[in-house]
Amino acid sequence: MQTQSKETAARQVSAGQKILKFITGNPIVFLLLIAAIVVGVLKDNFFSWANLANLISNTAVRFLIALGVSGCLITKGTDLSAGRQVGFAAVVAGILCQRGDYTGRLWKWAPEMDISIVLVIVVVLGLAWGLINGVIVTKLHVPPFIATLGTQTIIYGISLVISDAQPIGGFQKIYTTLINGRIGNVRSFHLPYLLFVALLFGLLFYFIYNYTRHGKYMYAIGGNDIAAEVSGVNTTATLMRIYAAAGVMYAIAGYLLAAKSGGASASMGQGYELEAIAGCTIGGVSTTGGIGTVPGILVGVLVFELLKIILQFLGVNPYYNYVVQGLVIVLAVSLDIRKYIAKK
Amino acid sequence: MSEFVLEMTDVSKSFPGVKALDHAQLRLRPGKVHALMGENGAGKSTLMKCMFGIYKMDEGQILVDGQPVTIHDPMEALKMGIAMVHQELQPIPARTVGENIFLGRYPLKKLLGFIPTVDHKKMYADTAELLKKVRMTFDPRQKVGELSVSQMQSVEIAKAVSANCRVLILDEPTSSLTSNEVDALFRIIDDLKAENVAVVYISHKMDEILRISDEVTIMRDGHYIGTWEASELTTDKIITQMVGRQMTNLYPPRENVPGETVFEVHDFTSINPRSFRHVNFSLRRGEILGVGGLVGAQRTELMEGLFGIRSHVSGQIFYEGHELKISRPKDAIDQGIAMLTEDRRGSGIMGVLSVADNISIASLNHYLDHGIAINTRKIENLVQENVAKMNIKTPSSKTQIKSLSGGNQQKVLVGRWLANNPDVLILDEPTRGIDVGAKYEIYCIIADLAKQGKSIIMISSEMSELIGMSDRIMVMCDGRVTGFVEGEEATQENIMALATQFE
Repeated sequence: MQTQSKETAARQVSAGQKILKFITGNPIVFLLLIAAIVVGVLKDNFFSWANLANLISNTAVRFLIALGVSGCLITKGTDLSAGRQVGFAAVVAGILCQRGDYTGRLWKWAPEMDISIVLVIVVVLGLAWGLINGVIVTKLHVPPFIATLGTQTIIYGISLVISDAQPIGGFQKIYTTLINGRIGNVRSFHLPYLLFVALLFGLLFYFIYNYTRHGKYMYAIGGNDIAAEVSGVNTTATLMRIYAAAGVMYAIAGYLLAAKSGGASASMGQGYELEAIAGCTIGGVSTTGGIGTVPGILVGVLVFELLKIILQFLGVNPYYNYVVQGLVIVLAVSLDIRKYIAKK
Repeated sequence: MSEFVLEMTDVSKSFPGVKALDHAQLRLRPGKVHALMGENGAGKSTLMKCMFGIYKMDEGQILVDGQPVTIHDPMEALKMGIAMVHQELQPIPARTVGENIFLGRYPLKKLLGFIPTVDHKKMYADTAELLKKVRMTFDPRQKVGELSVSQMQSVEIAKAVSANCRVLILDEPTSSLTSNEVDALFRIIDDLKAENVAVVYISHKMDEILRISDEVTIMRDGHYIGTWEASELTTDKIITQMVGRQMTNLYPPRENVPGETVFEVHDFTSINPRSFRHVNFSLRRGEILGVGGLVGAQRTELMEGLFGIRSHVSGQIFYEGHELKISRPKDAIDQGIAMLTEDRRGSGIMGVLSVADNISIASLNHYLDHGIAINTRKIENLVQENVAKMNIKTPSSKTQIKSLSGGNQQKVLVGRWLANNPDVLILDEPTRGIDVGAKYEIYCIIADLAKQGKSIIMISSEMSELIGMSDRIMVMCDGRVTGFVEGEEATQENIMALATQFE
């Protein structure tokens, strides 16, 4: 009897220690959850289904982009073209999804297209951009930072050309209603479809990262690319797959984003690469390679979106938002790095 | 005035989970070479890092000239005349010798009387002076990246000398030097002795220790075991004290019987004209072929060429009569060859990844369900098998490999290759930087593999290891194979003669 209660006590301690460990391990996440609760108490409609749905759909799209860029980060690379690729996909999807009878139609010669075919086209183009990045990185041996800095400029230029630098609207109704659809149209409770898209890809990436050769090879390259090559990993092919998959993810995100916003333009997605990288980093993806998990990335992106909503609810001047977001990024990474350097 | 220039007494230092130093001590006399010995993990490096102010000691004190001092960081250590040449040199390759030596304390002059600028003329003149002191003749303006390892080391020593050091710590200084370079290093050490510098010499090489040192302190598991006059010691005695047990056999008995020739290399030539050329050799089933030579003999380059890490312009490789086409490591692995590379940290381990990930990376194809999903249970079995078979000490299969000791890391890497069940195993310096106990275990594994009929190529720079473990020894010099020795002929003298057969 006595031993039993002792065991229970021990278990309680370990549960408490677990919570403490989580707090010390993820101080930013913890602080933002506290902030959310405080804001929720102060502002009436913070804890509302509408706000939750808003948070979910914002997070969903950015999570897809973060998943795309995560492979590049884990292999010690980066992808600065993410945002522009999202913009490109949004522009292409937007143009192709315009109504046949819309007067401002950009490509009047083209027939009205089924939105599923548009998705396929956008994904194929995204794949192509990803492969181009992959070739520049693996075959031309240009460091990923510079390679994607170059391609992002190229992609932006092409987006401007094909959109004629005009905003694109007049989408087919089904495009916007489908993507913005939700389960449970009762006012007090609904879940956007985007949530399920994000969950689906989250699970897919979780499986790939943990249970496939590609995933193991990715972590191996991040851990030590020379050792990986010596161990028979085809590092070139692995990196190509990573950048190609990233392109596909940005394309899907762009396709969804255009419909979500009900319009598209070449500048759409600008800066998303930095948000995605920030989300990954807050979520524990190591900038020195080899470390990063899908749940971590989800938490990182979620926390970043939560931060934005908190600032919005607090009525902070939107210009200051950038300042706060930047501070959080620096703080998150510096705290994360402390975990590694404190071990002297 | 104390008879010791520096004393460390009762030094203890704990890290989470381990007591790295437990009342360790060290007493250095001026003008003497003091060897510090012990297996890896014995606490030598930790003790030195405490002396150099990189670690803070939990207990104990440091006396300089009999006066207690506290050293907070390497800068303070330098000011007290303590300098250290690290095992892994950390030069800035793209800058000149002079800039590397005077890094952080460039001589200054006032431009126009008030703008402080670097006085390059003085810096290079001083550098030339220092280089002369360490018997080096190269240009102070040469980029450090263009120097050989031994020259870089001399630069480091020159840097230490320039700080007017009274205690110089040399951590494994000869691990990548040829015997000529070792001789040169020993002449520098003699010069330093004459100037009353106390030299701490850390090495695993017994012959060097006995040759250069005046006193020897031996440590084991963080404890101080004792200090002896070097003249009282023999290799056996040192090893006994280090491992705390009588080592009856340095090398395990070998029961392998070399069979028919299975692996042949014909006229193998590197793409780099200064590297290996026109190499011919063959390997029998169940044979251990040692590869000897001086540093720079291109042994590693040859093996990396065979394995597809480096390119070759001509030559053929045959296994059991059919030709192997190898242009990258994957090709070699697919055709039954494995290679344990020399640079464990550079091209072996993936530090932040787990033991399980490290051990399985080369053989993931074996653990798939339905051709796609990796079965983590099978990988766990693989880890446990290896842990049991090779006595790998790791808290769990999920532990990051970088937190294991060198010997255990090496065993994990051996396990990585054995998981593929290769026919030919190339082992490049398989026991470099690992302690005596783990070395013996690695030798047993090698002997056992040969007994199972695996053909083994083993590069080694340790002469006794080469002679003790090989059925036959191939000797290289300057990119060429200069000869083979076996049996009675496999003596140090014969090998050295072949290794120095320059054209």
